[in-house]
Amino acid sequence: MSFKKHVYQAKDLVAGYDDRIILDHISLEIPSNQISVIIGANACGKSTLLKTLARIIKPTSGEVLLDGQPIHKIPSKQLAQVVGLLPQSPIVPEGITVADLVGRGRFPHQSMFGTWSRQDYEAVAEAMEIMHITDLANRHIDELSGGQRQRVWIAMALAQQTDILFLDEPTTYLDITYQIEILDMLTDLNRKYGTTIVMVLHDINLSARYADYLFAVRQGKLVAQGKPSEVITSELIKDVFGLDSTIIQDPISNSPSVVPIGRYHASGTIPTTIGGKVHVR
Amino acid sequence: MIMMNTLSLTHTVELIRLGRISRKRRWLIVTGILAILTFALCAAMLLLGNTIYPVRDVVAVLAGEEVKGASFAVGTIRLPRMLAGLLAGFAFGISGYIFQTMLRNPLANPNVIGITSGSSAAAVFCIIVLQSSKTVTSIASVIAGLATSLLIYVLSRGKSSFSIGRLILVGIGIQAMCNSMITYLMLIGEEHNLPAAVRWLTGSLNGVRMDELPSLIVTCLILVPLICMLSRPLMMLELGEQAASSLGVRTDPVRIMLIASAVILAAIATAITGPIASVAFLAGPIAVRLAGAGSANSIPAGLVGAVLVLAGDLAGQFAFTTKFPVGIITGIIGAPYLLFLLIKLNRRGDF
Amino acid sequence: MERSRLYPKHFTFILIVTIALFIVCVLASLAFGARWLTLSELMEGLKTLQSDTVTANILEKRWLRTIFGLCCGAALGIAGVLMQSVTRNPLADPSILGVNTGAALFVVCGMAFLRISTPQEYIWFALSGAMFTAIFVFGIGSMGRGGATPLKLVLAGAATTAALSSLITAVMIPRTFVMNQFRFWQVGSVGAGTWDSLLLFLPFLAVGALVAIFCAPGLNALALGEEAARGLGVKTGWLRFVAAFAGVVLCGATTAVAGPIAFVGLLATHVIRLLLGPDLRFLIPMSALSGAVILTGSDVIGRIIGSPGELEVGVVTAFVGAPLLILLAMKVKVRSI
Repeated sequence: MSFKKHVYQAKDLVAGYDDRIILDHISLEIPSNQISVIIGANACGKSTLLKTLARIIKPTSGEVLLDGQPIHKIPSKQLAQVVGLLPQSPIVPEGITVADLVGRGRFPHQSMFGTWSRQDYEAVAEAMEIMHITDLANRHIDELSGGQRQRVWIAMALAQQTDILFLDEPTTYLDITYQIEILDMLTDLNRKYGTTIVMVLHDINLSARYADYLFAVRQGKLVAQGKPSEVITSELIKDVFGLDSTIIQDPISNSPSVVPIGRYHASGTIPTTIGGKVHVR
Repeated sequence: MIMMNTLSLTHTVELIRLGRISRKRRWLIVTGILAILTFALCAAMLLLGNTIYPVRDVVAVLAGEEVKGASFAVGTIRLPRMLAGLLAGFAFGISGYIFQTMLRNPLANPNVIGITSGSSAAAVFCIIVLQSSKTVTSIASVIAGLATSLLIYVLSRGKSSFSIGRLILVGIGIQAMCNSMITYLMLIGEEHNLPAAVRWLTGSLNGVRMDELPSLIVTCLILVPLICMLSRPLMMLELGEQAASSLGVRTDPVRIMLIASAVILAAIATAITGPIASVAFLAGPIAVRLAGAGSANSIPAGLVGAVLVLAGDLAGQFAFTTKFPVGIITGIIGAPYLLFLLIKLNRRGDF
Repeated sequence: MERSRLYPKHFTFILIVTIALFIVCVLASLAFGARWLTLSELMEGLKTLQSDTVTANILEKRWLRTIFGLCCGAALGIAGVLMQSVTRNPLADPSILGVNTGAALFVVCGMAFLRISTPQEYIWFALSGAMFTAIFVFGIGSMGRGGATPLKLVLAGAATTAALSSLITAVMIPRTFVMNQFRFWQVGSVGAGTWDSLLLFLPFLAVGALVAIFCAPGLNALALGEEAARGLGVKTGWLRFVAAFAGVVLCGATTAVAGPIAFVGLLATHVIRLLLGPDLRFLIPMSALSGAVILTGSDVIGRIIGSPGELEVGVVTAFVGAPLLILLAMKVKVRSI
């Protein structure tokens, strides 16, 4: 099954707020049809990078290109049919039903009058099925729990049926069960539809597990990129997070897992993995 | 794209469709009832009064004929009063709805944040000091409304992000200043009598004349369709800047157009009737409660505003032994709701 | 607390300036009016106050008005300080919190329904109105998380003021006699007083001032925080209640004799606080002094720009005080969206 390919690049991005520069000459290319995660310490610029890539922030210099065209030159509605964003703290209007909210994701595809076509209905229905919220269709948002609400928001972004989806910390504030659930659902999306996903995640280990590709940011500069197994090393973790750590192989997913070394509880022995099993000397 | 299990998909689509149809039906019914109610109140405004003229006389006057007695009472007094009430109510209603939706807070509306008092002060200034014509007064009122909005925005912006609390505090201050100015202007204009004071401080339909209305009519005819065209982008803006932007809404031009339209509508209405208390504040929440959230509710909000003003004026004229101007009635209705809202927002932890 | 200085910086200088302004305002208040007196006429008149000359008569009326202005201004200044300390809210001003409007509403209702007309009666109605409104506003403002934050109190106050103002107008409109009485009460405002009503007012002012001075050390401690104050041995519950009570009484009494006047508390305290710092032992008397200056000054301005009629002093103070509110709003920490 061949998925639609796009070339999404950032060239020499410089961006910030007021007079503070946050992104310092970043260039990258997002791997098409894969899940990429941007990692870094707080206030390193990862959220700013995501927003600049998603056209929320206009860069001071440099440009972001979709298939060779600068995204700021592409008409908004047209771009919105290809690129979607799930913002970090979405605002939920009171009293709205789940189906209505998910339906708003169809805005870029609809005319001024907003009548729903067959395709709109199907897109919304599919999005709700992927996120397992079909039985909530006519419920009011206010009645839902935090985890359910987040799924509704993601469904709205899915209903937009974009080829590329940016998500700004989609799992923060959620219980670990929901975190795994949502990351699994996003993986479904990527495997079944080939959606290119770019996320900012807080949890380094979940990032390493779910990402096909990682971008590591420190103080506005891109310090490493590549597959998690190549990028996650204790040197990188020290560089990006200032944390001493040792890297082991996650026994479930075989992805690299960061084990932090603090001042306490370090028994002095460094575990290693041999043949997929963790041994402690 | 891979199609999902077709059977379950069709089922989900049906579920969604049925839900949408029932919500749409509710919206249409509510809007229909509001429209009928508005029409009935308009008719009441024309028919009721010291003398009750028969319907055919009223219709004749509307058609342009000369009917003894009725022509003056209906044509010169009641008709402009009714039109002013209808259009100003509609304007205030839509204006309040836009503000509340865009700022995502029911407390943010032209009344509370002082924009209407700025327009009112400008109108009083033009009338008393400059003795200017109606058009100039309307224009000055609009400019003052826009300037006040800009001022309030700039002052409440602060270093960090926008804060609704600061906006309201600044609005309170500006309202106090404008009301002072209005009182002062009326004093030097020797119009320091209660009717004039009430009109410019709380709003009234007394003494409105036909020649004051064209600016309001024209503005409504231009801006209301514009707002209707922008109502879907407004629905996206409701979800926040970032979400709207990612959905393809050009947020800056849309926001500016919507806020400017809202301010202009409120300002022009204020230039004629004064800042009718509470209408901009109440219309939006009532409309949303009746017609349901999730759809574009500008028209219902406008209709609720018209109903409030017309009903308030009728009540003020006929329900009590003394005549009260509409602003007093709506002010008294709005006050408990404002307090109730504060209590609810406090409990919810919004402040 | 540092005890490196006994007096705030530049205290003597500021005190002298304030007293100088005070004297200027008093002289201005005596000199300006329907007929302006020159300085020499003024001096002459002051000497021959007991006689029956035209100048002496004018002066006698203006003396009354001036003293009224000074006393009311002082009362509002002290009330402002007390309320700000008790609520730990820089925006607390009796007019913003709706207390003045509540007092006015009760008086107007008394005028309309019970036909009261003497200052003695006004005072009791005004005091009850002030009391009820303070409790009401504080109640609403305290609901929800965080208790009575500055923003919530001001919002509750503004909403209550709006509500009560509508009611006042609604009661007044059908009753012209009430309107006239109200206007007389308000515009004459400081000028409608007689020596009797001044004598009636003075005890309230005196008691309020004394209570404030007694509470000053405790309120200083309260400014450090609830727990810190209790740790220092201050009975915070009682202190709050007594100080708030005194504040409300001062406003109520002022509204009773002079009608509702806005923003004086805010203006008086903040200027002084900026100059002299937060020590209440100085803040209270200086706010009283500056409140007196502000009110009398505003009254003079109202007379000048409103002549030959006059502009209510409340209108002037609102125009001057509102920008201060805006400035404070820009600085106060409010939760942002």
